[in-house]
Amino acid sequence: MSRLSAVLGSDFVYRFRRDPIAIVAFAVTAAFMLAALLAPVLSPMNPHDPAQLDIMNSEIPPVWQSGGDPAFLLGTDDQGRDMLSAILYGLRISITIGIFAVMVQMALGIVIGLMSGYLGGKVDAFFMRLADIQLAMSTLMLAIVALAVFKAAFGAELFSDMAIIMLVLVIGIAEWPQYARTIRASVLAERKKEYVDAARVIGLSAPTIMRRHILPNTLSPLLVISTVQVANAIISEAALSFLGLGMPVTMPSLGSLISAGFAYIFSGSWWITTIPSIVLIVLILSINLLGDWLRDVLNPRLYKG
Amino acid sequence: MPLLDVRDLRVEFPTRHGVLTALHDVSFSVDKGERLGIVGESGAGKSVAAFAILNLLSRPGRITGGRILFEDRDLATLSRADMRAIRGDRISMIFQDPMMTLNPVLTIGTQMVETLKAHRDISDAEARRIAIQRLGEVKIPSPEKRMASYPHELSGGMRQRVVIAIALLTEPALIIADEPTTALDVTIQAEIMSLMLDLCRTHGVGLILITHDLAVVSQVTQRVVVLYAGRVVESGQTARVVQNPVHPYTRGLLSALPGEGEPGARLNQIRGSMPPLTAIPPGCAFHPRCDYAEERCRVGVPPLDVIEDHNVRCTRARELIRGVAA
Amino acid sequence: MSGHTQTAAAPAASGTTAPAAVADRPLVEVDGLIKHFDLGGHFLQRERPTVKAINDVSLGIRRGEAFCLVGESGCGKSTLARIVMGLLDPTGGAIRFDGTRIDGLKHTARKPFHRRMQMIFQNPYASLNPRRTVQKTLEEPLRFHFPNLSDADVKTKVEQVMVSVGNDPSWGTRYPHEFSGGQRQRISIARALMVDPDFVVADEPISALDVSIQAQVLNVMMDTQEARDLTYLFITHDLSVVRHFGTRVGVMYLGTLCELADTATLFENPRHPYTRILLSAIPRISTEEMKPPGLPGEVPSAMNLPSGCVFHDRCPLANARCSAEVPRAQCQADGTLVACHAVEEGRG
Repeated sequence: MSRLSAVLGSDFVYRFRRDPIAIVAFAVTAAFMLAALLAPVLSPMNPHDPAQLDIMNSEIPPVWQSGGDPAFLLGTDDQGRDMLSAILYGLRISITIGIFAVMVQMALGIVIGLMSGYLGGKVDAFFMRLADIQLAMSTLMLAIVALAVFKAAFGAELFSDMAIIMLVLVIGIAEWPQYARTIRASVLAERKKEYVDAARVIGLSAPTIMRRHILPNTLSPLLVISTVQVANAIISEAALSFLGLGMPVTMPSLGSLISAGFAYIFSGSWWITTIPSIVLIVLILSINLLGDWLRDVLNPRLYKG
Repeated sequence: MPLLDVRDLRVEFPTRHGVLTALHDVSFSVDKGERLGIVGESGAGKSVAAFAILNLLSRPGRITGGRILFEDRDLATLSRADMRAIRGDRISMIFQDPMMTLNPVLTIGTQMVETLKAHRDISDAEARRIAIQRLGEVKIPSPEKRMASYPHELSGGMRQRVVIAIALLTEPALIIADEPTTALDVTIQAEIMSLMLDLCRTHGVGLILITHDLAVVSQVTQRVVVLYAGRVVESGQTARVVQNPVHPYTRGLLSALPGEGEPGARLNQIRGSMPPLTAIPPGCAFHPRCDYAEERCRVGVPPLDVIEDHNVRCTRARELIRGVAA
Repeated sequence: MSGHTQTAAAPAASGTTAPAAVADRPLVEVDGLIKHFDLGGHFLQRERPTVKAINDVSLGIRRGEAFCLVGESGCGKSTLARIVMGLLDPTGGAIRFDGTRIDGLKHTARKPFHRRMQMIFQNPYASLNPRRTVQKTLEEPLRFHFPNLSDADVKTKVEQVMVSVGNDPSWGTRYPHEFSGGQRQRISIARALMVDPDFVVADEPISALDVSIQAQVLNVMMDTQEARDLTYLFITHDLSVVRHFGTRVGVMYLGTLCELADTATLFENPRHPYTRILLSAIPRISTEEMKPPGLPGEVPSAMNLPSGCVFHDRCPLANARCSAEVPRAQCQADGTLVACHAVEEGRG
């Protein structure tokens, strides 16, 4: 059984404490989340406020390099923006987009997955073929087309204002099949169990059974896939921003920071692009490691042993 | 000198809740060609006993005491390599699920020939001949044709017959069968159990039949061991034990069977359920469910006494036999 | 077997029954039931593979009785139970409950029957939702069928039912995994009884339990039947349980009903050759060695049923007629229904 209350809950903690990788991954992920949350407090300056920028401070290297300035721990970019502040704020934007995009995916995926799995038949066939078609095209391709069309149709200015919402929607809609398929698979497994028959024997309607009985039992795989999907969404956002279809340079995410700094990598200002890249890689790696660990622990088959 | 002599076997599983003792000083023996039943509910330790004999305990379980003497050797101390040479050759195992033995991607013939050649230095042709002969002995129709079949092409009953044929390939001295017919229908169970009975007799093979079903044990075995919470509570000649059970647990099990009582009457149930290994009560493990329990049952674990012609682990056994216990 | 010849079991089917018989009318009537499962196959296949799980079965379950349906795996007994409960739709035939046809009813129209018919399942580890407390599980049917009950009334009712099946009412706050198999099965029984049903289907309710626990659950079922005047449809493969528990018993083989008799009659005087073999194969406490039951071959596939009597190719009494003609249920002098040419002709 996948039920994880008191007994298994303590098992959960027990296995966590015995797994150093899980602890480190969790600590790093939590630290990044906290840093993103507290960005306005932690940052020496507000990188989104052009008034605080001084072009004279441009391309100062990190403190440990010769020519570094203690006021700018991680150096500055070409516009004199403090890299530490830019990264903290960028992290904030990246993680926000990642989490909201996943919420959109989850909402779509749960509804479609539940209907597909429980109702079966034509409904199932329709949605799953739709999912196949969508999965046959890469997320990025869809997103690029959607964002480029929007940018061309409504202009770059409106696009900049709406960037966060657009990214959330595009990444959210593009990746629903992952959730729908996972939920559908769990629903198919759960609906064969007798407690679902028992609910039908009581006379409950299909929506009630799905909501009250089946959905809560599909949450474990949902949690696992969510960690992976947040990481994927952050990567997608970074990739789109890198291609100029994401966050504007005035409000940079990690991806736009990497993109903006990329031009300077050969002129010696390597830190502008490298440091945000390292932050992105470490963040994604930690989230994925945490997801792997969760999958191992929540796998009900491993639990029985 | 019995074929297999298990003495004071103790198996422990270290867990984070502490060390769980799955078997406490379990002793039994099987003579050459004898059929022994090990009976108990799920979790009583009957499968653990089988796995311990074959050195197949799953981690972190381990034997922490006792001896398993088989053909003058102590299996508990054998090296893995020596044990592998005995397992599947001198001792065969039959599981509840035939697919534990059968490989789904190989034909029956290939598996049988490979098994035989792993233990005997013989030609393919000779191995095939023996395999076909064994399939015939387990009454599989047209055995030559079946050699080319894959396991999924056979029914559950047929698969279990193939597993029995494989178990007999090397002419072992002992077969351990763990719930071999539990998943099968009663008519197939009766076919297969009577077949095993015949084969054990004709080949002079010893059998340890592990099951929860006292009725099957009574019709197949000569001696029986009843396990409860990792301890032997009663053992002896099967006929004596099922006709004159002494331990309140054995008595309870037998009188709880619906086939025996007056139709429509309430069954004699045993209250409660067997405790998990993590919560075995002190004293006699059965005392919280026992109608005859007294204060002294709660303190010491009673010894396994020889009473009349069988062994019983109950402080009040003598009173129970005389019928004076209230 | 045809539903119409079997008037003893389903008198209402033809509509010729006298009005006086209404009180004697079975609570549940299964009339000419057919269930085929379409295995899909692919679109190029001319004949799609079909599992013929139930082939024209008729029977009536009388008020207050414990009707047992026995047979080996694949005989269709569980499918029949699920069709009666509305968990599956029949391919043909009719199900009537208290005179009303209930197969194919719309969801809302079926609601009163959901209250009157409940079910107990085989696997106590799967039949309770692992993420709901016992209290929530037990309240659900009550709140659904009696939405006007006050919280206090619901609580009282849950306690009352829990006590009646021998459970501690304080279990409510706990989750299913904290209980043993027997306790869970008693919680399942309590759930079925929450809405005071008239009729309970029990699908192999004790086969997943340990021997010492089986008796506990059977006792609870017998006690509740007495206390509540329940009618049971009890599905099992275990004939010892039938002998102890059942008032009447139907024996199924490969989707057909071979024999239907009072339990005592069936055990004293089994008529159908399959029933006889089945009875001889029950393991019992005995010092006699187990003998082969003399049932050659294996159950044929339900996708490719034998012609005539489905049992003919394994039957010791079969002749040419058996392989050609489907036997109809014949009512014997003692009321037993037997579908067998050999019994009819007095062969063997």
